[in-house]
Amino acid sequence: MAAVRVEAVLAAAEEQEAEKRRSVTVEKELELEFDLGNLLALDRNPPPAAALRGAGPRREALLRALARDNTQLLVSRLWELPAERAGGAGGPLVARLPEPTFRLPREKPPPRPRPPTRWEQFARLKGIRRRKKTSLVWDEQAKEWRRRWGYRRAGGDPARAWLAEVPAGADPEEDQFARLRREKRERVARNELNRLRNLARAHRAGSAVPAAPLHPTGHQDREELRRVARVARVSTASLGRFQPRLPKEPAEPPSRSGGKKRRFEPLLGNLAAERSRQLELLRDMGSKKPVLDITRAVNKQMRQEEAEAAAHKGKKQSQRGKRGRRQQRPGRSGKKSGARRQQQQKPAGG
Amino acid sequence: LIYCYRKPKTKRAKRFLEKREPKLNENTKNAMLIRGGNANLTVTAVLKDIYAVKKPFAVLYKKKNITRPFEDQTSLEFFSKKSDCSLFLFGSHNKKRPNNLIIGRMFDYHVLDMIELGVEKFVSLKDVKNSKCPEGTKPMLIFAGDMFDVNEEYRRLKSLLIDFFRGPTVPSIRLAGLEYVLHFTAVDGKIYMRSYKVLLKKSGCKIPRIELEEMGPSLDLVMRRTHLASDDLYKLSLKQPKALKPKKKKNISHDVFGTTYGRIHMQKQDLSKLQTRKMKGLKKRPAEKFAEDGGTTPKKSKSA
Repeated sequence: MAAVRVEAVLAAAEEQEAEKRRSVTVEKELELEFDLGNLLALDRNPPPAAALRGAGPRREALLRALARDNTQLLVSRLWELPAERAGGAGGPLVARLPEPTFRLPREKPPPRPRPPTRWEQFARLKGIRRRKKTSLVWDEQAKEWRRRWGYRRAGGDPARAWLAEVPAGADPEEDQFARLRREKRERVARNELNRLRNLARAHRAGSAVPAAPLHPTGHQDREELRRVARVARVSTASLGRFQPRLPKEPAEPPSRSGGKKRRFEPLLGNLAAERSRQLELLRDMGSKKPVLDITRAVNKQMRQEEAEAAAHKGKKQSQRGKRGRRQQRPGRSGKKSGARRQQQQKPAGG
Repeated sequence: LIYCYRKPKTKRAKRFLEKREPKLNENTKNAMLIRGGNANLTVTAVLKDIYAVKKPFAVLYKKKNITRPFEDQTSLEFFSKKSDCSLFLFGSHNKKRPNNLIIGRMFDYHVLDMIELGVEKFVSLKDVKNSKCPEGTKPMLIFAGDMFDVNEEYRRLKSLLIDFFRGPTVPSIRLAGLEYVLHFTAVDGKIYMRSYKVLLKKSGCKIPRIELEEMGPSLDLVMRRTHLASDDLYKLSLKQPKALKPKKKKNISHDVFGTTYGRIHMQKQDLSKLQTRKMKGLKKRPAEKFAEDGGTTPKKSKSA
């Protein structure tokens, strides 16, 4: 008796729960896809096309019902996210959203790391590190802490400097104030030039620069001009071999005459090396042994084939994974000998 | 500030330029709403309503601009560069294409995708006399219809619409503030866009019951011409820098049931010096100890 009553009570409780949930459950053929980071829901179910064809309030009601169902599903998902009360116990209920998963294109390409400037390269080489400077400096004359540079700086206003000492080896007629002004202008100009050069180097490093024009524009730098001069020299009928060099132009380094066949040793160089080379040649010509060692050649060929087969098998294994490794064992020996037979046929034919 | 041939002279100018340069985590995309040379009242009303929805991440241009986006994209790109907007909505009207809207986006200040839509019916914010939700609410986006997956152009349109109406990306959201939903249905070659205000009603359980109230702009759209980016340009624009990928923690794995397994690497332990639980029953009795020690005289055991 008690058992029946308990079951009845449980069944009633379940029904009550289901009733409660009925108002918020929605039945759909295909599950929706959710991207909660973007508050996005994608419904793949085909909407009732026939019903939506007729214009008017009926269509609006249908669309609204569809929207209500989809929104209910999305909101249920959002309510299931881990939520907390922001700002203490009385604050609003705030849900933590996951990262958005729907891939959208970027606005701008991702930033490229810029190449180091000339000073940065030098500093890295020497191990120089930045020293943090204090923003205020003690000024002895004013007896207070003043800025390092700018309005009311520590050394006094440079525009008001009324004395400029004539240095030891200078011309007594020279205007020292003018000299100071001129030097400052030159320093500023040099700094600006270096900054623009660093910018140009960074810009060039980023994008592939097209081939430089062969006539001189005003804006080429040393490296570019050298490259262009080399191209111009080599564009003669004899590929620049009889082209005279300018008085200060350095000679072409011999390594640039590229390749094994174009490298020529000097005529009167190493006498010992020449002698040994000639004697070896005579020895090889006189001996009865064949120059090509058949056993060594065949061993080399076999080792090459084995390496190739191993590489091929390794690639196939990584493609197929565990299954591939298990399946390949019975057919292993067949494959290897087949490959070798193929390899041996090739040199005979080719 | 790599592109700066003229260095900024004030901190404000520097901040302005830093906001516009390419970053790892990008800013929210801004939209520019432009009127064409022959825009009519309908199209202008559409632009005004979309501006109200997208504020503050939109710019509405007051004057008419006589351009044709599908023929010449340079003026659009110029505007985009000046106002730092990567989304645009261009409205125009002529006999051949009445009530025309061109929705598009840019990548690196060049046009990536453009889709031309015709507005067949438009109900504006003013015409619907219901209460509205506050400006700048992040909308919920719902796309219904299998066309949005099957057809390539519709897929790009879906991506464009998400990009357009998404709003800023936030880490957390106030659950009571989910008030606005934009619902797009693709049926019969038409796209119905409806906006509803969400009312959360009490239901028996924790999850509230949703009731919707019509609010805001509703559009009936039909797709006309498209100018989609080539596949490799699109792939290039989708590329995220490696630094944004979540770092994988080593020595941690998960199995199918959600259990997390960790691997700890220990040094070699001297098992004789291991501190274990002491079981009194297994303790060595004095007789055994004596036998081990090799017969040295034990202490006198206390007799019972």
